[in-house]
Amino acid sequence: MLNDLLIRLRSLLRRKTVESELDEELRFHFDQQVEKLEQSGMPPEEARRQTRLILGGTEQVKEECREARGVRFFETMAQDVWHATRTLGKSPGFAAVAIVTLALGIGVNTALFSIVNQVLLRPLPFAEPERLVSLWERNVIGDSDYNVVSGGIFGDWQEQATSFEQMAAIGEDSANLSGDGGALPESIGTRQCSFNLFSMLGVQPAAGRFFSEEDDRPGAGGTTVLTYGLWKRRYAGDPGIVSQTVLLDGKPYAVIGVLPAWFDYPDTRVQLWLPVRHEVSSADMHSRSNHRFFVTARLKRGVTVSQARAEVDGIQRRIHKQFPDTLLGKGANVLRLSDNLVRDVKPSLYALMGAVVFLLLIACLNVASLFVARATARSKEIAIRAALGGSRWRIVQAQLAESFALTFAGGALGTLLAWASVGWLVAFRANLPHADSVRVDGFALAFTISITVFCALFAGLLPAAGTRTELLKPLNEASRSVTGAPGRTRLRRVLLTAEVALTVVLLVGSGLMLKSFAALRSVNLGCTTSNVQTMSLSLPDAKYEQPSERAEFFEELLRHVRAVPGVRAASVVTTVPGAGHYMDNTFRIEGGPAPRPGQFLDAVVRGADPDYFTNMNVGLLRGRIFTDQDRHENSNAMVISESMAKRFFPDSDPLGRDVVIDWDGAPRFEIVGIVRDVLSDLDRPVEPTMYFPMNSGRFGYGTLVVRSAMDVTSLALPIQKEIAQIDPELAISDVLTMEEVIGKSTTAARFDAFLVLLFAVMALVLAAVGLYGLLSYLVTQRTNEIGIRLALGAQRADVMGILFLDGLRPTAPGLVLGLLLGGACAELIRSLLFGVQPLDAIIFATVAVVVLLSAGVACLYPAWRAAHVDPVTALKYE
Amino acid sequence: MPEPMLDLPQGTLDLLILRTLALGAQHGWAISERIHQVSSRILQVRQGSLYPALHRLERRGWIKARWGASENNRRAKYYELTKAGRKQLEAETSDWQKLAAAVARVLETT
Repeated sequence: MLNDLLIRLRSLLRRKTVESELDEELRFHFDQQVEKLEQSGMPPEEARRQTRLILGGTEQVKEECREARGVRFFETMAQDVWHATRTLGKSPGFAAVAIVTLALGIGVNTALFSIVNQVLLRPLPFAEPERLVSLWERNVIGDSDYNVVSGGIFGDWQEQATSFEQMAAIGEDSANLSGDGGALPESIGTRQCSFNLFSMLGVQPAAGRFFSEEDDRPGAGGTTVLTYGLWKRRYAGDPGIVSQTVLLDGKPYAVIGVLPAWFDYPDTRVQLWLPVRHEVSSADMHSRSNHRFFVTARLKRGVTVSQARAEVDGIQRRIHKQFPDTLLGKGANVLRLSDNLVRDVKPSLYALMGAVVFLLLIACLNVASLFVARATARSKEIAIRAALGGSRWRIVQAQLAESFALTFAGGALGTLLAWASVGWLVAFRANLPHADSVRVDGFALAFTISITVFCALFAGLLPAAGTRTELLKPLNEASRSVTGAPGRTRLRRVLLTAEVALTVVLLVGSGLMLKSFAALRSVNLGCTTSNVQTMSLSLPDAKYEQPSERAEFFEELLRHVRAVPGVRAASVVTTVPGAGHYMDNTFRIEGGPAPRPGQFLDAVVRGADPDYFTNMNVGLLRGRIFTDQDRHENSNAMVISESMAKRFFPDSDPLGRDVVIDWDGAPRFEIVGIVRDVLSDLDRPVEPTMYFPMNSGRFGYGTLVVRSAMDVTSLALPIQKEIAQIDPELAISDVLTMEEVIGKSTTAARFDAFLVLLFAVMALVLAAVGLYGLLSYLVTQRTNEIGIRLALGAQRADVMGILFLDGLRPTAPGLVLGLLLGGACAELIRSLLFGVQPLDAIIFATVAVVVLLSAGVACLYPAWRAAHVDPVTALKYE
Repeated sequence: MPEPMLDLPQGTLDLLILRTLALGAQHGWAISERIHQVSSRILQVRQGSLYPALHRLERRGWIKARWGASENNRRAKYYELTKAGRKQLEAETSDWQKLAAAVARVLETT
């Protein structure tokens, strides 16, 4: 075994030596035989002749010995590849086209696979990640499969569920970070978690330690764990920061540890962690109706996700029966943690992956078609090779060698392309989990090599399929440089039909996604969106504890900002339209019908100053807006949205009615006005909304909206300076125009749509070029026939018609096939589409027209050439 | 003058080569001559079959080769049996004898 390998290696690596040894051995044999014959009396010349007859051809013996050595395949392959490279060098145009086509196809596949690999396929970097799950309440209000969990329910599950080793709750918050000498205060995203979260995930601190049960109590000293990013950025990775104190919202917290660099859960915007029971009030931790926590748990060994789901769902049903009047979920849901993180992104990434696979197939078909064309042009050469004893396999091998040379060159170029563009793609796409770790790694390279080999085999072997009986034919025919090869032509037509079909699918997909994106973009938010500057801030509890303090701040804020030169109007609202749902609350209508047990009235909550509605063009339908006089304890005026009036007051007049909100103290508000709806999310239906006066002091956070006659972005800095005058410690975040706010929610859709469009255009160009090539070839092949026709009186228009029909022959079935396939694929991407039906007639019709037009354009020049053939020359053409 | 020759099937040639080398290391020409002599001049091994067979046997590890001086002081490649080769020779000889006996019996009875 080893011996075999060694000998084969020697044959490969020391070929010259081995060959010369064989030479010498055979010569020795020859000489011995000659000598034997001479000794028996034969004259030397005769002896040599006889020996040659007896021993036969030396070359053939050598050949058989080479076969016996067992490395023939590699030797011939190496020879073929070298020969192929030289031949390709002689037709640089063909080589360039093929290489670029393949580079595109392989490159985009590598890029996208790298993304899919890191975002979807990579397991979470935690210990035994397959046992980590997330838990949700179900159907809290209406139909929602994944609702965040309340503190009380979390406690109930911890007590009653047996499927889990551990559970942890995570809450979201933000804080003003300051008090670390010198650096400006900044507003950062924070998370509050149960103390056991990190040990449950299996994470070790990079410095210091994590929370203990002692830290996770209401009365404990404030402790915090920093993320690696924050530690590096703000504290320059100084290990001395551990056991130092920082101020969060003005309160002191001891830094007890730092998370490792790779820990970016749940996303990179989280800057530090706090113990949940320390941060959240005891009331909220026990409340079953205040839903705010993301719950994660580790399954016990041997328990499946569906078993856990069934158990927790059952527990939740029981709890629901126990507390019919509390706002809580009617059931529960359990989802694997890895699935949870990528829930939103999975469908579109898979769609993009599908699109690039199509593009790769089209590229392969194109290159295969090019090979067939080349084989047709070289059919004489191939015939001679066959006649000289080349086996069919050897000829195929030669073609494979060319194919491998081209595809590997294309693959290398494509990999470079992918490597360069992957970072850009991820940045543009936004909202991709694990985006920072996307790169072309070993796994992606292995993938690239496999698809390159696939392309090489596909493009190299396919041309051989159509040439079964035609190897020697060219030698028999009257010598023409380009002969009719019906098998090959049919093959090219088939390839082109397939190309067209796949191109149509891509066009349909991109058309649907573009229309979907346009629909999303054109959704009317319900307010002014152009030239509006926004910025958000959050008042630290320590400094602004009293409602009156908060109300005063916002009043002063508006006073200052309105005085900034250039500001035409300024207002405050807690959450701008299009920025999400954020907060809702339940309420009761005074004097209204008693709600059924377990049924709740719920609406989105917003705070606003009185001028907000006019400033943002949210029209007042009836009644009035609350005024500045409605303040503090007297502030019991509220405004509701149109949909809230329709939903909760279908038969009566809401104006003047009293509503009791389920807040502390059950405050009562009078509805004084009804305004038009605005959307919280672009792609979700409108939700009933209620507005409360900002100067009630109920809200400690808000977003400033500013309008101006000039370009409003130039006012961003002056306004921030003004705010710093009022409170220098206050941090501003999310300084965005309304357009940017909307843009954020449409970025992904836009990116996907334009990327698929790019693929579709590339595919269309490839298909058109393929059609052009095929038709040019046909024209050249049929020049004789066309000449005869013209000589016999056919009109040039007739000839053009014939050629156009020839071009249509492969295109039409391709179009039909593509539309059918496109319909099927459209159904698959239904979940990605907004405001568009998968089988949109206009899109399909447009695609058909585009394809036919492109085909027409591709055929134009060859058809024109055909029509202008000089009959005399054509008839003489040999 | 070429003598009437029988063409040997491939496996049989291997067996004959191994047997010839059992008597001592020889070069290709000598192996061919020896088989010719010992078979009463019936079996003439073609150069075209001999050398590929020798290379195959070398790959399988049953014989090994080295360069040395021939009887007339020319450089020649000598082959000799390896230990594995000896075992293979025994096995194949026994198989051949069984085969030959069985065939002979069949030819006798029918």
